[in-house]
Amino acid sequence: MKPEPAISASEVHKSYGSIKAVNGISFEVLKGEVYSFLGPNGAGKTTTVEMLEGIRKPDSGAITVFDEEPWVSASKLRNRVGIMPQDFRFIERITPKEAIRYYCTLFGVPDKSGQLLDLVELTEVEDVYFQNLSGGQKQKVGICLALVNDPELVFLDEPTTGLDPKARRKIWELIRKLKKEGRTVILTTHYLEEAQMLADRVAIMDHGKIIIEGSPSDIIKKMGKGRKLVLQYSDSLYAYLKEELKLDCSRSGESINVSVHSNQDVLRVLEFADRNNIELTSFSLNEDTLEDIFVDLISEQEESQ
Amino acid sequence: MKLKNIIADLKVYSRNYMRSTTAIFFVFIFPLILMLLFGSIFSGSSSSAVPLYVQNMDSSGNMSNTFINTLNSTHFVDITMIPDNVNIQTYISQHSITAALVIPANFTSSYLQGKQVNLIYYNNPAVSTSSVAQQAISVTVQLFNSHFAQKNQTIALVSASVTTHAANYIDFLIPGLIGLVILTSPMFSMTYIVSSYKKDKIFRQLSLTPLTKSEWFLSKFIWYLIISALSAIMIITVGVLLFHSSLSLSLYMIPFLVVGVFMFTSLGVLAGSISRSEESASVIGNIITFPMMFLSGTFFPIAIMPGWLQSVAHVLPLYYIIDGLNSVTIYSNYRSALLDLVVSIAVAAVIFALTVLKFSWKEQ
Repeated sequence: MKPEPAISASEVHKSYGSIKAVNGISFEVLKGEVYSFLGPNGAGKTTTVEMLEGIRKPDSGAITVFDEEPWVSASKLRNRVGIMPQDFRFIERITPKEAIRYYCTLFGVPDKSGQLLDLVELTEVEDVYFQNLSGGQKQKVGICLALVNDPELVFLDEPTTGLDPKARRKIWELIRKLKKEGRTVILTTHYLEEAQMLADRVAIMDHGKIIIEGSPSDIIKKMGKGRKLVLQYSDSLYAYLKEELKLDCSRSGESINVSVHSNQDVLRVLEFADRNNIELTSFSLNEDTLEDIFVDLISEQEESQ
Repeated sequence: MKLKNIIADLKVYSRNYMRSTTAIFFVFIFPLILMLLFGSIFSGSSSSAVPLYVQNMDSSGNMSNTFINTLNSTHFVDITMIPDNVNIQTYISQHSITAALVIPANFTSSYLQGKQVNLIYYNNPAVSTSSVAQQAISVTVQLFNSHFAQKNQTIALVSASVTTHAANYIDFLIPGLIGLVILTSPMFSMTYIVSSYKKDKIFRQLSLTPLTKSEWFLSKFIWYLIISALSAIMIITVGVLLFHSSLSLSLYMIPFLVVGVFMFTSLGVLAGSISRSEESASVIGNIITFPMMFLSGTFFPIAIMPGWLQSVAHVLPLYYIIDGLNSVTIYSNYRSALLDLVVSIAVAAVIFALTVLKFSWKEQ
């Protein structure tokens, strides 16, 4: 059974004056998915997300969120959607606890400040004014407020930007938890390893277009250059790889980069070294990450411009 | 519009407000400092006399001089003579005079013969002080009618039934300071709040909740109403206890408080909405606020200012609030107060309409 889409967008355009921020994008986000928008600054991620949130009006094209048009039915969707904007700020001299209670009253739900503060581990600073919280704590307040209405769909716009590694890990845990609870999450991020780890599917955007969409592993399989072996340089080894094994290899400084096709290739390298008494001091095998592919794709785009 | 949303927002906003020492200083401490300062400087010197211009066309007649001397001895008016060879109407308009009395050439002869003679009193009923002058003239007229001519009323003047008492400087200062609080407390905070909420995208944040723009605005208006009323009560209490002000408290002060706070809450939101950054918001706020602070009769009655500056005062919205408060508390001149109130409501309506037009939570 194919899950229903939570969001669908087709041929969406949005310009600011002469700048085309979003230039004809179409995609679907399924219920219960973590879907991530990736792309360099100015790629159109934030504009896309803001149109989905109903904050901006698309120039043309159709967007539906739970079968409603967000720009038209923002007030209807308000109770099903939670939004944590990028660089979240709040009223200066209000504590996290007061902020959450305020939102609970506005949304007409019982006070769940205790539960939410617990979830993001803010209980210790629940009575500290917003202006005195650290960057990570402020972001967490933003997440709490986005969750007050128990939303089915959560937008997190760069939730980990500027956070220390420990705080980032906490937010990752939280996103996994949101997914486990069956919520749909739209994650915008600069960190590709974050998307690779958390997202079911990603859309890489550049110049207002989606240049590739799919699950991180599919994208890596499709776009990656396979596995790469890096080992120390020696003349005989280099000759063996190139002439005997006919592998695609290159020398860079004191190391050789080889694209390997199978485990057999790796084994042969080890055997050759053993036979010829080559003491291997460095040897590593890597697969392309989403980041490598991202960098390649974006630079290709730049070149074709 | 939901009451529970307004109350929730009011709760959050008031907490945020009360936690700011600057805000508390400007609403509660600053007016007191000003009162102590100005009150001490000017107390004792009674400034109860209101300006009255007199043109005596009967300068050779001794009765007209006696009349002027008697008028002067009431201590209600501060008399300035107008030369008898000028056209009174032109003179009045050129000098922005609000109260002028013309004694006709036949005053002495008519009076002594017991014939009816008319004094002409030019006044602007919208200006509170003119009724004080009118009362002084009226008292003098009665005195002349009763003492010098027993048969019938020889001198006629538009009868006035204004009861008032001699006002002290502090009695002017109190409504002025209340006006100052009505102006500054919403203006400064709202300009700042709107521009910084815009910058920090807090409005965008709030637009994603069920809170509406009007609920948000209403809660701010209610808050500044509460704050200004408390500050006004404090100013009056200190004025009465410490400076023995004899100002008459009246429920009619309330409409001015309400309209004034509404006007300046709107104006603050408007100033914050049209400015592009926090810095420009504070500049715009100051440009609007400072001239009004000093020229609207806040620290002294505008009657003592030069004519051209008085004209400036008449275009400042705060002038009508303070003049109205003066009319109610010092002169009990409700006709003048009503006019001030009508002007204030009209100005507030225009400002509010512009605010509705310019104040937005969404980006395009």
